[in-house]
Amino acid sequence: MDWSRILVNVAGEIFAPTTAAYALAAIGLNVHFGLTGLLNMGQAGFMLLGAYGFAISTIAGWPLWAAVLVAIACAAVFGLLLGIPTLKLRGDYLAIVTIAAAEIVRLVGRSTALTELTGASSGLRGNSYKDTFQDASPFPDGTVALGPFEYAMNASNSWWVRIVGWAVVALACLLIWLLIRSPWGRVLKGIREDEDAVRSLGKNVYSYKMQALVLGGVIGAVAGIIYVLPRAVQPDSMGRPMTFFVWTILLLGGAATVFGPVLGSIIFWVSLMLIKSVMRVGVPESIMRTEQIEQFGWIVVGVTLMLLVIFRPQGILGDKKELAIDVR
Amino acid sequence: MSADLPRGHVPPPVPHATTTTGRDRVTADLAHVAHTPGVPKPDAIVVADQVTRHFGGMTAVDVGHLEVQRGAITALIGPNGAGKTTLFNLLTGFDKPSTGTWSFEGRSLSGVSAARVARSGMVRTFQLTKALSRMTVIENMRLGATKQSGENLFTALVPPLWKAREKEITEQAEELLVRFKLDAKRDDYAGSLSGGQRKLLEMARALMSKPTMVMLDEPMAGVNPALTQSLLGHIQALREEGTTVLFVEHDMHMVRHISDWVVVMAEGRIVAEGPPEDVMADQAVIDAYLGAHHDTDLGDDALLDDGSIEQLEAEEQANQAAAAAAASPTTEEGSR
Repeated sequence: MDWSRILVNVAGEIFAPTTAAYALAAIGLNVHFGLTGLLNMGQAGFMLLGAYGFAISTIAGWPLWAAVLVAIACAAVFGLLLGIPTLKLRGDYLAIVTIAAAEIVRLVGRSTALTELTGASSGLRGNSYKDTFQDASPFPDGTVALGPFEYAMNASNSWWVRIVGWAVVALACLLIWLLIRSPWGRVLKGIREDEDAVRSLGKNVYSYKMQALVLGGVIGAVAGIIYVLPRAVQPDSMGRPMTFFVWTILLLGGAATVFGPVLGSIIFWVSLMLIKSVMRVGVPESIMRTEQIEQFGWIVVGVTLMLLVIFRPQGILGDKKELAIDVR
Repeated sequence: MSADLPRGHVPPPVPHATTTTGRDRVTADLAHVAHTPGVPKPDAIVVADQVTRHFGGMTAVDVGHLEVQRGAITALIGPNGAGKTTLFNLLTGFDKPSTGTWSFEGRSLSGVSAARVARSGMVRTFQLTKALSRMTVIENMRLGATKQSGENLFTALVPPLWKAREKEITEQAEELLVRFKLDAKRDDYAGSLSGGQRKLLEMARALMSKPTMVMLDEPMAGVNPALTQSLLGHIQALREEGTTVLFVEHDMHMVRHISDWVVVMAEGRIVAEGPPEDVMADQAVIDAYLGAHHDTDLGDDALLDDGSIEQLEAEEQANQAAAAAAASPTTEEGSR
């Protein structure tokens, strides 16, 4: 493998559909954690539910818009169900409940009882639900090369997924930018700081936390759709590790910022690809085999997350001054 | 003193009240009220009945009847563990009572959520200050305002729908910040303020909603003497504007200095009520404090030179009013 090929691969990650999907999921988590202070440890659950909702309803013959609405509705209902018992309790309880609930979604999805619907552990093949999305493309089929990057226009891992994925990310950023500067966002920040104080000022804290949980979850569900469009719905690839990657991305970019999640996602996937490709070329087979290099990449991610939380808790775009304040 | 006496009874005008300051008005109103626990007030804003709160086998609050006079500064005092803060939490919806009912401006507030209590006009502060640290001072203030259409998720997305209200509340906030001498800190994070400044900010923030009644939980705790004076001034200014103030405080100088009426709690019950100077001489109060505070002078205001002459005059007027009331046939005991 030559170096220019590696460079193209790495640069391709900057606008890959997966990067967009993770950026979007982190934007959703930012509404939970960055704005409201909710510890959602089950963002992958929202994503998986969105993916299932979209894929299953498409397979059932529903049009594209209806399938997207189904995904959104699934996440909204899931958020409500999680929120009703936990949002009146302290933050830690939500963390426990969400991580468990995300696992429930995954385990139910891969259980053989639902094979007809979800395809159990082998999941749903991409080609069974991609048609409506690909048909919606206004571009002609075929392969298009833009500089060194060459992808299919509409099929699977295509330019079309990239265009739609990043357009949705841009829309989500605009949404967060508007909300973060609005009185609504102010109430959420107040809740993040001290919910009793906000309650004493006459705001219905429970309702605001519910709105944040559902909104962030819905954004996560849309991220789930984008994530599965270039591949298949695989319940086991959307488990706890996915949640932790989303957290790493959010903390890397900077919580409570508008572009933090996007920047975090790009840096996360680019560096992961860089580490893996360089090591594949540079490390001889006798020292580390290809599968081991894959694992090593993830170890680096874990160490990065630890170092980040210790040395730069505000992330790349976060406001140092804001975090320097002792919250106790 | 029974709880079913008619309320809303306005006492006859007192001839010697020549000015119309809040203090004179309140002093005149309260002059006819007996100094017994649970006594009805001529114009009660808060009326509580049989409010109890048990924590396991312990009874934290057991209040038979309590009325708070509108427009007055009422102090709630008592030794540690008397149930003052618990009663505060119950009245403001931050805790649920075991039994009891209470009303605010004639509307029942029992079982109403804290947020709705605040929206009905009764706003509180906390013993441990709750400044929202990672928000700026001005954002803290804006959060206190009510009727913000931009606090709805969907209107929030269309700035023209809430910009006008935002401008209005920003102006209101800036005025309040000037009054509380926090205008220089406008864009600083609240977490960077000193303890006393946070107390001021919390009080100013509570005033953003233009409340009819302010509940202050130990407003002076941890505040340095220089700021104490200005806080006292702000509380008195509230009374002049017609806002009712109920506060919990351990600082007897402050209680004596600014309160019109003092309610004393001990072991969850109200043991005494009356104007500050009377209450502090009350045997029940001395008993309640006996032990840790036996040798403490409950009301030495030698340190509060400014205003002490005014206060002596006010006391004299109160005494005269009380004497006049006792001489007239309609005393507070037989008020219809």
